[in-house]
Amino acid sequence: MSILNVFKTNASRQETASSGQVVPDPSRCVQCGICSYNCPINIDVRAHAWRGEPVKHSECLTCGECVARCPRGVLRFEKTDLFARSKS
Amino acid sequence: MRYAIIGTGVAGISAVESIRSVDRTAEVVMVGDDPHGYYSRPGLAYVLTGEMQDKSLFPKKRDDYARLKFNFLGARVTGIDRERKTLLLDGKAPLTYDKLLIATGASAIPLTVPGANLQGVFKLDDLEDARNILKYAKRGRTAVVIGGGITALELTEGLFARGMNVHYLLRGSRYWSNVLDEHESRTVEGRLQAEGVELHFRSEVQEVLGRAGKVAGVRLLNGKIIKCDLVAYAIGIKPRLSLAQSANLAMDRGILVNEFMQTNDPQIYAAGDVAQAYDPLTGRSVLDSLWNPAREQGRIAGLNMAGQTQPYIKSAPFNVTRLAGLTTTIIGAVGHGRDEDIVGIARGDSETWRQLPDAIVAQSGFDVNRVRLLVGEDHLIGAVVMGDQKLSMPLQKIIEKKINIASIKPKLLAKEARVADVIVDFWTNHLTAA
Repeated sequence: MSILNVFKTNASRQETASSGQVVPDPSRCVQCGICSYNCPINIDVRAHAWRGEPVKHSECLTCGECVARCPRGVLRFEKTDLFARSKS
Repeated sequence: MRYAIIGTGVAGISAVESIRSVDRTAEVVMVGDDPHGYYSRPGLAYVLTGEMQDKSLFPKKRDDYARLKFNFLGARVTGIDRERKTLLLDGKAPLTYDKLLIATGASAIPLTVPGANLQGVFKLDDLEDARNILKYAKRGRTAVVIGGGITALELTEGLFARGMNVHYLLRGSRYWSNVLDEHESRTVEGRLQAEGVELHFRSEVQEVLGRAGKVAGVRLLNGKIIKCDLVAYAIGIKPRLSLAQSANLAMDRGILVNEFMQTNDPQIYAAGDVAQAYDPLTGRSVLDSLWNPAREQGRIAGLNMAGQTQPYIKSAPFNVTRLAGLTTTIIGAVGHGRDEDIVGIARGDSETWRQLPDAIVAQSGFDVNRVRLLVGEDHLIGAVVMGDQKLSMPLQKIIEKKINIASIKPKLLAKEARVADVIVDFWTNHLTAA
């Protein structure tokens, strides 16, 4: 993840929905499971947070329920740059 | 080869994972007396408020456990025979081990005033406690909460969310006085009061009053009586040391371990709330009661048990919590002294937070979005971020990595300093330069 993005946490809804993903900060997470509990399509967001992996799930709607409900600010949206690899 | 782990919390499960990452074949047995096994204890707070159901507290699924290939033995360990390398179990056959991890956690310090054993008096250690509280908490009835720190506030918020009238009793003159500063305490208290929680400062319970074996009220030292149906308390926690004690392991406030999480018996390790870990940087052994150090200590203990040599590097103790609805991050050394409402250490607490070296305070923001920094000679040594959390990740890195901030110190300490802007600029420049 790009650490610079920390000051632009919440990309606009449209931006995110089209090209964003949910990224966890595992050091803030206590595995309570509110995120997974609130996911409308039952993605196990908490398991991603345990492993410190972004929610790269083809079915993720980026609806933002998990980001908004997390009581510890573990999750945020980050724009994914699909062309990042080809640029570098 | 058999690894035994006593305790079902995050330190234990993390040790199972790290043992398995090194050793695919050895036998791993987890023994614990919590019938529910591994679940998120911090999540109990959100079960109390009704934000989630308790069945969602369990992070691991059936196939996760199948992958980790370990046995769970629901039993209470009654003793450790170090000579025979054997665990004595209540009502079950003894279990031998080659390497043992003690990760028994900590439990609530009991309330000892007269009447504390009446029906309707609760602590919050585990899932059963949370379920019992919820069974007993009735809308429109009255609850009294006693204690300090995060857990007492969680009880207050949970019972309030369940429609109870809540009286929150503090022995001291403000909430969590050895971690929060006065402004922060008042912010939390003000928000509770605005919701309708009744706060009582400098108030101490002398006796829990009962009727027909059930809670009917509390009498305070000043003679005042508060009628209530439920009493919940969180006055501190204590590492569960009885096993280590009877096995003659070296202890202080917790089980003493070296940087490899090893006790004075080379076959026995300890991790999590029960361990008092040595920090080579400061030369001190401290207690933390935090999720992430427990997870990391469990991981390190597991690796070392499985034959690796990995030291535990203690990072700046860090916790994110919600205080009266405000997300609050506490990093490094931020407070000092003693809190009259907590005996020793509370849940979600670190002794390091109160080891305050010389520092000057810089702060900015009002009420709900506030940053307080503890500025040392050339480094930041602590921070409290309340409300907006944009700064908490950069501050965590700056404090943890001991990044030199001498260049911005005058700006931070200037009168009316815009602390948040100074930190944002500093961090952006730091990253661009790196």
